[in-house]
Amino acid sequence: MELLRYVTFRFFTMILTLIVVSMLVFFIMNLPPGDYLSNQIAELRATGQDSGVAKVEFLRREYSLDQPLWKQYLIWIGFWPGPHGFSGIIQGDFGWSFEYDQPVSEIVSDALWLTVLLNLATVLFVYVVAIPLGVLEAVKSRSWIDYTLSFIGYLGIATPNFLLALILFYYGHKYLALPVGGLMDPQYEGQPLSWAKVRSVLVHLIIPTFVIGTAGASVMMQRLRANMLDELHKPYVETARAKGVGPIRLIFKYPFRVALNPFVADIGNLLPQLISGAVLVSVVLGLQTIGPALLTALKSQDQFLAGFILLFVAGLTLIGTMISDILLAMLDPRIRYGGHGK
Amino acid sequence: MTHRPNHYVDPAPYDPAEDIRTPGHPDLDVPNRVLIWHRFKRYKPGVISGIFLALSYLMLPFAGFIAPYTPNERHAAHLYATPQMVHLFHEGQFIGPYVYPITAEADLVNFRWTYIQDRKTAARLEWFCEGHTYNLMGFIPSDAHLFCAPEGATVFLWGADRLGRDIFSRILYGAQLSLTVGLIGITVSFLLGISIGGIAGYFGGRVDWGVQRVIEILRSLPELPLWLALSAAVPGHWGPGAVFFIISIILGLLDWPGLARAVRSKFLALREEEFVRAAEMMGARPRRVISRHLLPNFSSHLIASAILSIPAMILGETALSFLGLGLRTPAVSWGVMLNDAQNLASIEIYPWTALPMLPVVLVVLAFNFLGDGLRESLDPYSDD
Repeated sequence: MELLRYVTFRFFTMILTLIVVSMLVFFIMNLPPGDYLSNQIAELRATGQDSGVAKVEFLRREYSLDQPLWKQYLIWIGFWPGPHGFSGIIQGDFGWSFEYDQPVSEIVSDALWLTVLLNLATVLFVYVVAIPLGVLEAVKSRSWIDYTLSFIGYLGIATPNFLLALILFYYGHKYLALPVGGLMDPQYEGQPLSWAKVRSVLVHLIIPTFVIGTAGASVMMQRLRANMLDELHKPYVETARAKGVGPIRLIFKYPFRVALNPFVADIGNLLPQLISGAVLVSVVLGLQTIGPALLTALKSQDQFLAGFILLFVAGLTLIGTMISDILLAMLDPRIRYGGHGK
Repeated sequence: MTHRPNHYVDPAPYDPAEDIRTPGHPDLDVPNRVLIWHRFKRYKPGVISGIFLALSYLMLPFAGFIAPYTPNERHAAHLYATPQMVHLFHEGQFIGPYVYPITAEADLVNFRWTYIQDRKTAARLEWFCEGHTYNLMGFIPSDAHLFCAPEGATVFLWGADRLGRDIFSRILYGAQLSLTVGLIGITVSFLLGISIGGIAGYFGGRVDWGVQRVIEILRSLPELPLWLALSAAVPGHWGPGAVFFIISIILGLLDWPGLARAVRSKFLALREEEFVRAAEMMGARPRRVISRHLLPNFSSHLIASAILSIPAMILGETALSFLGLGLRTPAVSWGVMLNDAQNLASIEIYPWTALPMLPVVLVVLAFNFLGDGLRESLDPYSDD
């Protein structure tokens, strides 16, 4: 019951946050002076093509760009009727991309799933790598294993994601025959789901996952090492050792579980980083996620497309953080009780 | 785990002439910063990184003097020139540092430039020679260079890029922007973080609640897409200086929540202490209590965390410029240079165009080691 209350509480805070974030996103999207269409009008006027102006003016009215900003926001979200009644993000209408001359939903539909998939794979990678290595580092602290792993960890943090992407991209292709670029072989694009397609996607995921996850895994590894070291020096571990508890059991029975707690809490900090990384690496490696679309949309002031992608990316992070918080509450009852004020 | 008492009793009789700062003194009574310094000195990677960073920053005003060329100087005959080795012995004889002149040859089979060394002539480097004009320390016009190639030869220590610009010189010039971006960014983030965190922690209540929500929201957002969106909003007609400044502010603008959170939690704890109440009783205003009584208590922790957040900004600038949304040519930064190395062809055929990643990695590593070393030595009374 307590848990259920916590989950609903957490869900509502997430929705509220999402609303604030949508305002922020909308504000940022409107920071540059003018918009895509008014730029186009100016361009048409400058080149003397006055016939095109009428059409663009029509589009401006159609997408309520002639309305005051607060009204534009409400229409975009779907709280206010536009020229064709309520049709905003809540109603499932993501807007129109002026650059591609297509509905936003059509441009991003596949990309959304691939983005989620890529991020899930990265989170998994971070855990699979960071947990065993972090424990190993703590247990073998101040040995060459510890030092080597620490150094690799530092390197992982220090190398910019996109450079690692370029290098691995090149060597992975040359020596390991890993596929380069994209998230699937070209012949599967736009094809229905099949085993061959899934396999192709999985093979293509190897390099991006590795690249995006390295920095996160390094940070996590070091944090787990520090947590573990704190625990391993506590008297109860000494007692257990004195009583003759075997080394594996000694580590995993209590210290590991205690050390894992703050680690799980950190997913909230990790996710924004991973998703940021995914955007950047997607641009460099040409993955069919929303990263490249965001970049072109931002450059050409294609505001509905860019706004939707930003909102989606932020929403993905918020949902991920919420899930991690709920998981943490299941792991550690103290959080549930201490959650709402003092 | 042996337990050590928190104070040390010297068995020797009291000697008033003795300096309490004598090194190697096991005393725990010396000033805090001496203890911190002693602990920090033992952490070798931190010390080496500190020296490296100090040298790098000291070099910045003199980058133009050390670099043999100016950043946007083009050598049309040396596009994608290979890195040139500096030799000392020519035909078994010591003649001082020299390079072999290189000439370009178009490889029409593979469509690329190849370079042929002329191993007969040794072009000895000239010292303190005249070259193109630059501004020393940003405002003193000068044309003196530490070294340059003699007439008819070139000295591309780390090769040249697709326009025939010297990569070594450009890396030195790029450091001027890439290294200062982090400093400006951290100043912005520091000012915001300390004042907002301080206000929240000191006043508590509703202010604290509001600030905490803002922090939570900002921390839960992915940084890079927001950086991208903000820098896409920078007007295209702004000059390089203005763009540089606004980009560093953008980088700092999203970084403060972490710092504010740390400041706030410290304040909440310290606010209850007697010395704060004493100051308030004596009529000190909040501003004075915050800046004179509360902040100095953990300023060293703040410095360590600031040092640890500089790398993120350096990487941020690199990423933004790399994607073409940060600094733009003719400004030279490491990210702008890497923008050129974006495609696989350049890495495969001309690997030296990716060289700017080396300083990026080194500087980021150094900041991490330095920050870690400082943080660990901040608690002088801890074991080990």
